[in-house]
Amino acid sequence: MSVITGAGLRARLASGAFAVTAEISPPRGADPGALLRKAEPLRGWADAVNVTDNAGAHVRMASWAGSLLAAQAGIEPVMQLTCRDRNRLALQSDLLAAWAVGIPNVLLMTGDHPKFGDDPGAVPVFDLDSVQLLWAARTMREEGRLISGRALTSRPGWLIGAVENPFAPPAGFRAARLAKKAAAGAEFVQTQFVFDAAAFGRWMAEVRDLGLDQRCRIIAGVGPVRSLRALDHMRTGVPGLYIPDEVDRRLRAVPADQVADEGTRICAEIIEQVRAIPGVSGVHVMAPGYEQAIPGILERAGLARRDPAAPASALGGQHAH
Amino acid sequence: MESEAGRAAWPRPVRPRLPGWLAYRLQRVLAPNAAYRRLAGVLAGSPAAYRAFTATERAAKGAAFGCRMCGQCTLPVTGYACPETCPKKLRNGPCGGVGADGSCEVFPDTRCVWVVACERAEREGRVTDLLLFQRPVDHRRAGRSAWVSYWAGDDADLWAPAAGTGAAPGPDAAPAAGSGPGG
Repeated sequence: MSVITGAGLRARLASGAFAVTAEISPPRGADPGALLRKAEPLRGWADAVNVTDNAGAHVRMASWAGSLLAAQAGIEPVMQLTCRDRNRLALQSDLLAAWAVGIPNVLLMTGDHPKFGDDPGAVPVFDLDSVQLLWAARTMREEGRLISGRALTSRPGWLIGAVENPFAPPAGFRAARLAKKAAAGAEFVQTQFVFDAAAFGRWMAEVRDLGLDQRCRIIAGVGPVRSLRALDHMRTGVPGLYIPDEVDRRLRAVPADQVADEGTRICAEIIEQVRAIPGVSGVHVMAPGYEQAIPGILERAGLARRDPAAPASALGGQHAH
Repeated sequence: MESEAGRAAWPRPVRPRLPGWLAYRLQRVLAPNAAYRRLAGVLAGSPAAYRAFTATERAAKGAAFGCRMCGQCTLPVTGYACPETCPKKLRNGPCGGVGADGSCEVFPDTRCVWVVACERAEREGRVTDLLLFQRPVDHRRAGRSAWVSYWAGDDADLWAPAAGTGAAPGPDAAPAAGSGPGG
């Protein structure tokens, strides 16, 4: 079946070379081709591609199936798994299933509330929270036990990731919260969109003070603003997302047909800025519905294509500059 | 949208009506001792007395903290702000959707339970409590008396220190029997 071993993202983070991850949403439909068409432009550019789990509480093809399709196509997936839709039994069995079908990386998160989704009448499960889910996964992998204490017949081996929002209140508690996630089992973290590199830098200083960047690789979330409509939505309709006035001004200052280009330029600039911050191990590029723009953004930011045919040493040299 | 959320049965952040300093003082009054353990034993043996006692607890903690009777009280280590009133019932800290003004993403007219918890814990010098790892809730205990469980010693492994966070169990918190993260 799958030839993916997890060597990609895990090896990249272990080597200390700058990692690139990206993100796709599975289709609101049953066509595998729709998923692969989104993943294909990212081949060779991202070390691994997140497959979202009913993002924004909107029903989509399951993240495990999207991850499996990507893996079968030779694109390393990161399976997102949220606590919103499953109790602890289903969370643990889905995690075991993920490893069994060759999904090497998992990203464990609380999940958006059904209020923001396409079916607000759905039951919000939240049987576990993200920290408890990270702990459960780590215990399954390291100790071969379920939450109940029952022994597993064989152990999974995923790389375990978490998410964090460096910008949300309570100020001063966000780095400590990441410390809690790292202690529970997170080996890497992908952050909320960074639009304010200075504020992100202040959070990173707290992270380094706790020595957290040594225990948990920090991957900064970034993404382009595609249009003024998208800007308005991101500023008012997405909980926990902060866009500084300066970015707003820059996007509104250009003619309408150049907003997308200015958006990718800002994104590339932010990538270069966060890359210069000590302790940042990579970037995670999110461009929902606009995945085809990601290679151009990476190129603009000076992150060359990773040629899957090239030997690993050549790759290391290429990105170590 | 707002009126819809207002009608929903989702847990809704409740601002504690008891000041933090008073809550911590009352906690000392409720600390387990021989008399309380005996009372817990008596209540466990009498369903009617247990029901009456639990109703009293529900009324008192409901008025003070918006208690939803999860039966596994975490208030002593969350600044006496109840995480069960978070719409996501998050026991280990806030979600990423907190508004810039500290508002809850689901009920924007309320303040995030964890923003309130942090403020109260800071004021009382109990911030390290918030770094404790809170274990998954046992849903069989919903509606049961957390006070009786506490006195009977059934709450010993509700939370555990998390390695590398500088967290230490609170003075009245028994260290966990099992292993927590990094433990």
